[in-house]
Amino acid sequence: MLEFIQQPWTWWVSGALIAGIMFLLLFFGQSFGFSSNLRTICAASGGGKFVKFFDFNWKTQIWNLVFLIGAVIGGFIAHQFLSNGQPVQISENTIQDLAKMGIAAPTSVQPDELFSLEAVLSLKGFLILALGGLMVGFGSRYAGGCTSGHAISGLSDLQLPSLIAVIGFFIGGLAMTFLILPLIF
Amino acid sequence: MKYIKFLLAGTLFGIVMAKSEAFSWYRIQEMFRFQAFHMYGIIGTAVILGVIGVAIIKKYKMRDLSGNQIMFYPKDKSTMRYLIGGTIFGLGWALSGACPGPMVVNVGYGYFAMLIVFFFAIVGTYLYGIIKDKLPH
Repeated sequence: MLEFIQQPWTWWVSGALIAGIMFLLLFFGQSFGFSSNLRTICAASGGGKFVKFFDFNWKTQIWNLVFLIGAVIGGFIAHQFLSNGQPVQISENTIQDLAKMGIAAPTSVQPDELFSLEAVLSLKGFLILALGGLMVGFGSRYAGGCTSGHAISGLSDLQLPSLIAVIGFFIGGLAMTFLILPLIF
Repeated sequence: MKYIKFLLAGTLFGIVMAKSEAFSWYRIQEMFRFQAFHMYGIIGTAVILGVIGVAIIKKYKMRDLSGNQIMFYPKDKSTMRYLIGGTIFGLGWALSGACPGPMVVNVGYGYFAMLIVFFFAIVGTYLYGIIKDKLPH
């Protein structure tokens, strides 16, 4: 059984569980949207004193911060107890495409070229992570949600704004993948 | 104690993100290159089940734990904010290989470099708060 769980989980099992998490949160009287936490953190750190957008009663959002802490714990459990240490099994085509940019085939979950200590300590490596995060944070609040809020919750409720946001996610993602990444690496 | 259920839901979320490999930079690249069904299968399954479930909740006016009817609020009608905001988000997603949830799952998994990504995601959100009124919405 444990051996079975330690393998990567099939797409439909994972997808069904994500839908299940969304319904759990609805049943708990809340809704599934992770990036709201970023705004809550800004508010909880006193951002409301300087910027009106962060001046709200963030304490009603503590449940979501607790969910965030749970997600960290989940990552820890997955690594310590539920992993067989195999590299991510991505397609051969992706491996070849990434090799052209100088990114080696997976030996774990994340590429050393971006996430190793050596990469982080280089100016280029640091800027990649910082700019990536900056755009995710800025973009998700501008669009009013991220993958969980729009692609999962919003699309499940057949909301047109969420479909537009998801189209945006792909315009940006494709531009980065095919136009900008080849210039960076 | 009232928060423990959210801690458990979050833990399940973290485990699913990790075990589905959806928190891997490689998987996001594979998705944007349309070279595997994996990520589309995950999101597609979640959305199909989500659509069915939300329809059932609405039809039967189902209630949450505290007995309140589960409500869905339509998002503001607009195109610009979703398209531009979404595009900026997508640029960051494909670069860092993580959206906000998977960032913190990575930290728990031991990829502490994701703390930098997460920190700057907070900075990005703050930046949006500062210039929000100057942006087209």
